[in-house]
Amino acid sequence: MIDLLTTRYTYVLFAALLVVGLYIVIASSNLVKKVIGLNIFQTAIFLFFVSAAYIEGGASPVIHGEGGPYASPLPQVIVLTAIVVGVALTAVALALVVRIYSEYGTLDEQTLREVRADE
Amino acid sequence: MSDLLLGLLIVLPLLGSTLSLGLGLVRERVGWWVATLVLAVEAGLASWVAYVIYVGGDRLVHVLGGETFGRKSITVGGETTNFTVGIELVGDALSGLVVVLVAGVALAALAYMRRAGPRGNAFYTVYLIMTGGLMGVALTGDLFNLFVFLEIVGLATYALIAAGRGPEAAVASLKYLVVGTTGASMYLIGVGYVFLETGALNMVDVSRSLAGDAPWFDGALYSEPLVVAAFGFVAVGLATKSAIFPLHTWQPGAYAEAPDAVTVYISALASTSAAYAFARITWLVFTPEFFAVNRRLLEVVLLLAGASVVAGSVIAAMQQRLKRTFAYSSVAQFGLVFLGICVAVHPAATEEATKFAVYGTVIHLIGHAVIKGGLFATAGALAAGEGARTLSEIAGLARRRPFISGSLTVLGLSLVGVPPSVGFVGKWYIGVGAVGANLWPVVVVIFASTVLSLLYIAQILEKLYFTPEATEVDLQDVEPIAADGGRSLSYGMAGVGVTAAVVAVALGFGGAQLASLLDPVWRAVVDSAPEVIA
Repeated sequence: MIDLLTTRYTYVLFAALLVVGLYIVIASSNLVKKVIGLNIFQTAIFLFFVSAAYIEGGASPVIHGEGGPYASPLPQVIVLTAIVVGVALTAVALALVVRIYSEYGTLDEQTLREVRADE
Repeated sequence: MSDLLLGLLIVLPLLGSTLSLGLGLVRERVGWWVATLVLAVEAGLASWVAYVIYVGGDRLVHVLGGETFGRKSITVGGETTNFTVGIELVGDALSGLVVVLVAGVALAALAYMRRAGPRGNAFYTVYLIMTGGLMGVALTGDLFNLFVFLEIVGLATYALIAAGRGPEAAVASLKYLVVGTTGASMYLIGVGYVFLETGALNMVDVSRSLAGDAPWFDGALYSEPLVVAAFGFVAVGLATKSAIFPLHTWQPGAYAEAPDAVTVYISALASTSAAYAFARITWLVFTPEFFAVNRRLLEVVLLLAGASVVAGSVIAAMQQRLKRTFAYSSVAQFGLVFLGICVAVHPAATEEATKFAVYGTVIHLIGHAVIKGGLFATAGALAAGEGARTLSEIAGLARRRPFISGSLTVLGLSLVGVPPSVGFVGKWYIGVGAVGANLWPVVVVIFASTVLSLLYIAQILEKLYFTPEATEVDLQDVEPIAADGGRSLSYGMAGVGVTAAVVAVALGFGGAQLASLLDPVWRAVVDSAPEVIA
C-alpha cells in the first residue's frame, strides 16, 4: 500500500479524480458544476496517459547518437488531441448553459424541472 | 487510386462544411444547395467504394500522412514482424455497407430538410461535419482515431439537436452532452488500457498483440486484468453512445426535442455508428478467443442487451407522443443489435451460429437505420401536415394522409418483423444464430421482442386507421401549430417516408444477397482474424 502511494501515486490520483469528476456530474444539480465535473473527469484521463508515458531519465525521441531510454511521444499526442476535444465540448456545453439560463433564468436542475413541469 | 477515395470520403464533407459557411457570407440560404451538391458527390464516391469492396473483393487501406507512415517491418530477436505507424483508414466488407448507409441517409434527410428546415447556413455546416465524422467512424482502423471521430459526431449532434426552436432542445442537448461525453471518455479509458498493455492503437496490431503474435509477448494477453477492464470500459462507453438500457437516459429527450428533420438524421445514424464501432471492436479486435477466456464478461453484456430489448419496448408502449415512442423503440432495437454482436463471439456459438449472428447484426443495424429514419420522417410529416404529435391526435388521420400512413404502417410492421421486410430478415438471422449457439434465453428475448414491438406499433396503427377523428381535440390544437410558424408538408418530406418504406421492403427481399456480402466478415470472426479479407 505504502509502495503504491510512493511510486504509483499518479495512478491513485487518476482514480481519485475520475471518481470525483463522475460524482460531481451525477450529484451536483448545478449545470455549470456538472460541466466542471466533466472537465475533472477528462483531466483524470489526461493524467493517466501522461503518467503512463513518463520514463525516468527518458529523452525525447529524437535520435541523436547516444542511446538511452526514449519516451514514447504517442501518449502526449493523444493527450493533446483529447484536450482539444475537451475544450470544444466545454465550449458547446457552456453555450447550451447560457441558452438555458437566458430562457429559464436558472442553472439549478431541480428548479429547471419544476419550471418545465409548470409550462 | 481507389484507396485515396477513403480519405476523400471523410475530407469532402469537412471541406464542404467550410464552403457552406463561406458562401453564406455572399448569399443567404445557400447552405442547402452546398450540402446537396457535396453529399450527391459523396454518395457517388460511396457507391464507387462499395463497388470496389464488394464486386472487386478488395480490402482498401489508406494510410494518412504519406510514406513516412504505414506498415513497417522490424526484426526483434531474430523474428521479423510488422506494425503500423500512423493512422490507417480501412474499407472492408463491414465498413462498406455503413459507408453507403451514411451517404444515402444523409442525402435523403436533405430532401426532408428542404421545407422542414432548419434553414441557416451554419446548420448545414454542422450537418456536413457530422456526415464527415460518421464516415470517419465507419472507415477508421485506429482505436484512438475512432474516439476522435466519435466526438466529432457527438459535438455535431449536440449542436444539431440544439437547433430546435424551443429551449427544451437546449436542455435535451446538454443532457446528451454530459452523458455522451462521459460515455466517450469511458471508451477513451478503455483505449488507454489497451494501449498500455499492447503498445498499439491500430486495430489489426492490437488484435494481433492481444493474441500474443508479436515476438515481444510470451503468449495471449486475454486474461490480463488491464485487457479485461479495457473491454469493460469500451463496452460501457459505446453502450452509452448506442443508448442501451440503463444508459439510454439521454436518448428519448434528444430525439423528441430535436427538430423533426434532425431526428430523422440522428436516429438513423448517431447510435448506429456507435453500435457499428462496438461490433467492429468486439469481433475483430477482441475476437472470439478473448471471450472464450472471459465468458462472464460477455454474459453481462448479453444480460444488459436483453434488458434493453424488454425495457425499451415496454416503456415505448407507455408513451403518448409518437417521437418518444419511436425513440424508446430504438433502445429496444439496439438491444437486439448488441445481442447479435455478443452471440456471434459467444464461446458456445458454432460456425453456423456465428455466421447467422453476423448476418443478423449487420442487417438489423442497417435495416433499423432505414426503418427508424423513415418512421421519424412519417411522424414529422404528420406533425407538419396535420399538427398531430400524440397518439390521440393522430386518430383517424389515415383517411386524410393515405401515403404517409401507409408508409408508417409498412415501416412499423417492418420494425415488428413481419416478412418480407428487412426487420424480419435481421431478427430472423439473429434468432437463428442464438438457436445455433444454444442460447435459449436470448432466443426467448428475440422472439418476445416481436410481440413487444407489436405492443406500441399496433397501438399507433389502431389509432391511425380505426379510431374516428375526434373533431373537438383537433380544434383545440389548431392554434399552437399556427404559432409554430405554420410549417407545411412538402413532397420531399412525405417522399422520405415512402422511400424508406420501399427500401425496407426491397432490402427484405434482397436479404439473402445482402447477407452474402457479409461472408468475409463472418469468416474473419470465426477465424479470430484481425482483418476482413474477401
